[in-house]
Amino acid sequence: MTFFTRRRAWSASSWTLFLLALAAAPAMLDGGFELELLSKVMIMSIFAASLQLLVGCTGLVSLGHAAFFGVGAYATALVVPQAGAANLVATLAFAGGVSMLFAVVIGLLVLRTRGIYFIMVTLAFAQMLYYVVHDGKGFGGSDGTYLYFKPVVGMFGKTWVDLADGRAFYWAVLAVLVFTLGVLRVVMRSRFGHALAGIRHNEQRMTASGYPVFLYKLASFAIGGALAGIAGSLYAFQYGFVNPELFSWHQSGNVLLMVILGGPGFGGAIAGALVFVLLSDWLSELTKHWQLIFGLLIIVSVAMLPLGLTGGVAACHATIERLCARRRGVPAKTVPKEERAL
Amino acid sequence: MTLATFFVQCLNSMQYGLLLFLVASGLTLVFGIMGIVNLAHGSFYMIGAYLAYSLTALTGNLFVALALGLVLSLIFGYLLEWVFFSFLYERDHLQQVLMTYGLILVIEELRSILIGDDVHGVAVPAFLAGSIAIGNDMLYPVYRLFVSAACVVLALALYWLIRKTRVGMKIRAGASNREMAQSLGIDIGLLYRVVFSLGFGLAVMSGMLFAPVSTVYPGMGAQMLIVCFLVVVIGGIGSITGAFVAALLIGFVDTFGKVLWQEGAGIAIYLLMAVILLVRPAGLLGERAMR
Amino acid sequence: MIFDSAPKFRLAFASLVLACVSGAAQAQAPSAAPLKVGVMLPFTGTYAPLGVAIENGFKLYVQQQGGRLGGRTIDYVRLDDESDPSKASENASRLVKRDHVDVLLGTVHSGVAMAMAKVAKDTNTLLIVPNAGADNVTGPLCAPNIFRTSFSNWQPAYAMGKVVASKGAKRVVTLTWKYAAGEESVRGFKEAFEAAGGKVIDELTVPFPNVEFQAQLTQIAAAKPDAVYVFFAGAGAVKFVKDYAAAGLKDKIPLYGAGFLTDGTLEAQGDAAQGLLTTLHYADGLTSARDQGFRLDYAKTYKLQPDVYAVQGYDAAQLLGAGLVAVKGDTTQRDAMVRAMEQAKVDSPRGPFVMSKAHNPVQDIYLRQVKGHENRVVLVAAKGLADPARGCRMN
Repeated sequence: MTFFTRRRAWSASSWTLFLLALAAAPAMLDGGFELELLSKVMIMSIFAASLQLLVGCTGLVSLGHAAFFGVGAYATALVVPQAGAANLVATLAFAGGVSMLFAVVIGLLVLRTRGIYFIMVTLAFAQMLYYVVHDGKGFGGSDGTYLYFKPVVGMFGKTWVDLADGRAFYWAVLAVLVFTLGVLRVVMRSRFGHALAGIRHNEQRMTASGYPVFLYKLASFAIGGALAGIAGSLYAFQYGFVNPELFSWHQSGNVLLMVILGGPGFGGAIAGALVFVLLSDWLSELTKHWQLIFGLLIIVSVAMLPLGLTGGVAACHATIERLCARRRGVPAKTVPKEERAL
Repeated sequence: MTLATFFVQCLNSMQYGLLLFLVASGLTLVFGIMGIVNLAHGSFYMIGAYLAYSLTALTGNLFVALALGLVLSLIFGYLLEWVFFSFLYERDHLQQVLMTYGLILVIEELRSILIGDDVHGVAVPAFLAGSIAIGNDMLYPVYRLFVSAACVVLALALYWLIRKTRVGMKIRAGASNREMAQSLGIDIGLLYRVVFSLGFGLAVMSGMLFAPVSTVYPGMGAQMLIVCFLVVVIGGIGSITGAFVAALLIGFVDTFGKVLWQEGAGIAIYLLMAVILLVRPAGLLGERAMR
Repeated sequence: MIFDSAPKFRLAFASLVLACVSGAAQAQAPSAAPLKVGVMLPFTGTYAPLGVAIENGFKLYVQQQGGRLGGRTIDYVRLDDESDPSKASENASRLVKRDHVDVLLGTVHSGVAMAMAKVAKDTNTLLIVPNAGADNVTGPLCAPNIFRTSFSNWQPAYAMGKVVASKGAKRVVTLTWKYAAGEESVRGFKEAFEAAGGKVIDELTVPFPNVEFQAQLTQIAAAKPDAVYVFFAGAGAVKFVKDYAAAGLKDKIPLYGAGFLTDGTLEAQGDAAQGLLTTLHYADGLTSARDQGFRLDYAKTYKLQPDVYAVQGYDAAQLLGAGLVAVKGDTTQRDAMVRAMEQAKVDSPRGPFVMSKAHNPVQDIYLRQVKGHENRVVLVAAKGLADPARGCRMN
């Protein structure tokens, strides 16, 4: 097998194993809390993957991605009936649609900037939405709003699965995660996805080649926003509670952290989400001042692992390969310097 | 709104704007000259406020505390650059954002461990504690006027430093073309350290000056940071004049926004930013080419 | 005191025998196992001193009962809620689903408390709120398993409305943060004040947690009302009182506020706060033996002066104890326990109080004046004031 097909087989099998393990988890875990935690990991994975589309694939570093997460969550909270269960698919579609709308409007403004400006204006817009729900009427103010029922899956008025059961909800979230990954994979494999990669590498060249770069970036921003909105909607359903902090820059910073620490690719985003959620859960149990340790860990890991965890793993793998090749006296396959993590 | 009220609201706007300018100028200096995105700048402001509290408690006199604080902040800024920020130059913006985000968490927790989470007041010296009458029924606190005056003095000092001294010339040279400046024998590393301590010092001094008015509490840094970002975005990166104009603009929009449009008061300044973005994406006085 | 100690000795002896007899058996009789109390309070951040005071008060009562309530020892599972509503649901969920607490105790911040109330309702866990004043915890969110031993935002405000009207003021301007607690406080004040013939001419707000008041102070000076009513707490309260004095308004336009304006903030406010009148369900200088005893005990145990938060924590333990004693520590008899708590007469350092139908204290509200570093009681502004519990659908 050549290097590339071996890599692809490795990647495909690890994905399948991973998804199977996630599907089997409810059978192995009996505690309601652990299941909820894993559910949260999956929701954050969707959120992180949606940001990876912007950061990793298009080169748009957004520090305001929580805006769309929050929009999805609030859209859900405001649209579900007060006395009765909502339809999951319809609500997710609605939340995703509203977030996409916001992403398009905000994108039209912020995509006029780049670099540091872009980082700051995305932050500022998320902050603006924070104030809108915080101070505006009808959103519940600083204390937020509640959702009283878990949704159901069904069509034409018939309920197929009631998601009030923790396990059923978990599998629904897993299904949405798989769907998200599928969508992202299709996007990245298409010509559109390749154009995004081109924009990330060299925007000027793409413009010179005649691509409408602004529209491509806007489309990427919109898709990322929609998926973040879907994640926000699931979050609202899981906890039954939304509040303005969902728009906060801490939330934006955290998801950006997940993406960077996880490493390149959507697998990296998921790894980052997993590590982040579990680590913050574990650390907060340890000590009152866990944020100090967390802050130091962030600094150290960003400094030492510029390509994140999966990048680090890939680098180890590559280093081992190189060492083995050297021992066999065979010229090693060269890995381009930009892609070497260590 | 009577004339006296309007005048007082103008004073309020100016005072808020001047303070913002001072803090934001530190941020824009570091951005514009060293190309570093520093999310922890708001935390520096908070450090200033807490420094004012502890030093005033120690020495009993606000002015002594201010002088001491200035010296300490310049030294500490220098050290901080050497120990942490110098590693950020080669990294891309994303990593800078995350590393400074981690720094915020560290600073907040250290403050919590060392000083605690209580709210504190800082006493104003007696001769500044009064109020002066404006019109027949308005009174304006003297200390706020002092803060505005101090901000103006510091702003002028900054202007003089950047435009009229050799150090300022070297800073401007380093900003335009780092390699060329280096090849001319300017020690860029040292220069960057100086610039950073300057930026740090500005934030800390603002925090110290305003502490008696704002009181000292956890979370004050985060609020300041985001508004500083707005100042830089509206004014243009790297432009100190732009920061000045933007800070005053924000001061007025925010103050009068709160008075004239209560429900939307929080978002008035963001709408301002949105409008500026539509018209001039690089900020009012920003340069076209940016890092 | 409403408890006698005989049952606990009997129970302790019975548990000892049972433990010996069962030997290696896993399951113990439920009444002998320690009672798990999930303490979800802010231990970091601006509200940390409040969280600590509440916990201290609670533990003091348990200690005074010999370390047991209703015959059971208490196992505390502490969780720092960081006053963060966004993590509140998860935190409360963790305490209930992973740590399997029997009782939830918390919290200070209303937003967090509401999330806790929701989790408590969904999982039918007993919740005692020792501070958060959000009206809807004993309003639309009320439930048989949710109790509060502090106050509702409406209570001290309503009492102050009556006081201000009685002082002859006809035109008042209110100012507060734009959040639930502030709005509910202003609403309570307005209700009483306007019922007595006054008029609130302007309701100013400042976005929460902003502390820039200059613009609003200027407006107040321009409007020249007879009095000003505010709701602020913590850092905002410190700053506002100082700013109000610095703007020269202190001697011109009387300032009134809910007690939190001057509670825990007097050291920082200094001279600016002297003479201020506020209303709250607790004060310094109460002459009851119960309060004197409590203060002495608290100071001895914790080397700190108690405040209203410590009292609320103390009373939470009293209330829980009342319920436990009635069922002899058997928390599976939830209905009986709830009934006992509903009918309990809590002998609080603030003065005795009972529970309203919506599980909020029916209590006296004191008018206090700042003298030095104390809020000294002047008179009782409202006797036996019950929150109207609008929206509560419990019988």
